[in-house]
Amino acid sequence: MQVMPAKSEHGLGEAHPTIELRAVDVAFGRHPVLRKINLAVPHGQTLAIIGESGCGKTVILKTMIGLVRPTRGQVLFDGRDLATLDEAQLTHERTRFGFLFQGAALFDSMTVGQNVAFPLREHTKSTDEQIQESVLSRLAEVGLPESIITKKPAELSGGMRKRVGMARALALKPELMLYDEPTTGLDPIMSDVINELILRTRNQNPVTSVVVTHDMRTAKKVVDRVVMLYPLSRLEPDEPQIIFDGPPAALDESSDPRVTQFVQGEAGERLMEMRKMADLRLANDQ
Amino acid sequence: MAPFDMASHSTPLTRPRGGPLTAIVDWVADLGGLFLNWVVEVGDVSQFFFRTLSWIARRRPRADTLLPNFYQIGVLSLPVVALTGTFIGMVLAVQSHSQFRLLNLETRLGAVINMSLVRELGPVLAATMLAGRVGSAMAAELGTMRVTEQIDALASMGANPIHYLVVPRFLACLVLIPTLTIMADFMGVVGGAAYSIYGLGIDSNHYWQNSQDYVGAFDLFSGVFKSLFFGAAIALVSCYRGFHCDPGAEGVGRAATSAFVISFVLILVLDFFLGIALDNFYLLIWPEGLRLF
Repeated sequence: MQVMPAKSEHGLGEAHPTIELRAVDVAFGRHPVLRKINLAVPHGQTLAIIGESGCGKTVILKTMIGLVRPTRGQVLFDGRDLATLDEAQLTHERTRFGFLFQGAALFDSMTVGQNVAFPLREHTKSTDEQIQESVLSRLAEVGLPESIITKKPAELSGGMRKRVGMARALALKPELMLYDEPTTGLDPIMSDVINELILRTRNQNPVTSVVVTHDMRTAKKVVDRVVMLYPLSRLEPDEPQIIFDGPPAALDESSDPRVTQFVQGEAGERLMEMRKMADLRLANDQ
Repeated sequence: MAPFDMASHSTPLTRPRGGPLTAIVDWVADLGGLFLNWVVEVGDVSQFFFRTLSWIARRRPRADTLLPNFYQIGVLSLPVVALTGTFIGMVLAVQSHSQFRLLNLETRLGAVINMSLVRELGPVLAATMLAGRVGSAMAAELGTMRVTEQIDALASMGANPIHYLVVPRFLACLVLIPTLTIMADFMGVVGGAAYSIYGLGIDSNHYWQNSQDYVGAFDLFSGVFKSLFFGAAIALVSCYRGFHCDPGAEGVGRAATSAFVISFVLILVLDFFLGIALDNFYLLIWPEGLRLF
């Protein structure tokens, strides 16, 4: 399948998209999650992937970084197919990624300082002093004080953990930042702090970002483009899984009721559908 | 919104039921499914093992990942292995004495106790203690890391989880289980001798002389050699179970339990086959040298 290269956002002429999925299918056992996903994220773009729980948003993110292998199709990072890389090459390539996990995924056996220093120790030849300096500067960038470095992740609040996770993900100044539901579980103020940090990261570094979120405020505030996924279980076999692809401003004007319902947070007939499904299963079991 | 189509979203309304033929077909299908799962699991574990070996060959683990594991697996296991070794030696003395006294062969107790210890009980006991104390803890720790996405986080930062988490644990188990085995052997020998000589009043000269006559370097070697396989099996099974842990607290608990159960069964199975292999090897090298009472 021939895909035209995307145009650079910075006007630097034709360039590979930073990350590109070509006809990607992902299934876990007999359970398909993604089907024929085609998605190219040009250099410097911030993309949001939205959709209801279980539609495969996080799976897309993990497929982009090679944590989940596609059942079919290709994942190209900077023009290179991840499937052609061996384990060591893939491991090396991942130093160009940053990933903020939903629960921050901080190493609980290490202190905050050791967590943020981890990628620096693994991949740079910096001295202890230089690493300490970098850790403090990364923590300051996300608004955390020096005193936090000796704390264990379990001692931190959800918002602090997310910010430490972000400082760790940004430690090696990645080319592609992946955010998995960065504002989920946070209060509105802290959610906005995280949104501001995503914006600031994008403005300060030439980074491409993919943000998986349910939070329409995040989708509207920080991204250039929104893609909406729909769960495969609710689609006909020939329907595309991406049901919206466009700028955030176009979300409200979408003619697809599935998009507008999601954006406005309206359940519509969903509860009735779920109850019918449950009744059906019950009848089937009896 | 697409209309809700009940038929396309549900399992069939009518499930075929009844009849002895259906029951047999279901049973065969279930059996086939179990066998297939088992084959897939064995394949996965083998792949996990070769990936671990390839990372050992490719890059030396860092001291700061290796040393804590050496400390946890080796140093902290020593007291419990020493204690259980001592008691096993003494229990052997108690149990063998009543049998051997009937044959007036009490002075041969040293040979029996020490032979059993260095060839079988020392290595199996050390391995069992390691599987219980360290194996299930490793599975639970790695399982928690899997569930909380810490393993994915490692991978996302360009640190290979096999290299970073499995290789140090594997090497620590492999390198330190012989020392734990020797400790269990030594304490068992001491415990058995102490109870036989001071508790049962067996002449110490005869006790040690018989031990020396019957227990050779090959016996000690075979026990220590077997322990290497036990250590590797414990580390692999426990790390594999942790890496493939199901979600939630229940998944972590199951990973820890299954790590111990599978390790323990593997220890005994390996012990059986390695025992046969080592006996055959001994006969091959020293055809006239098989010692029997």
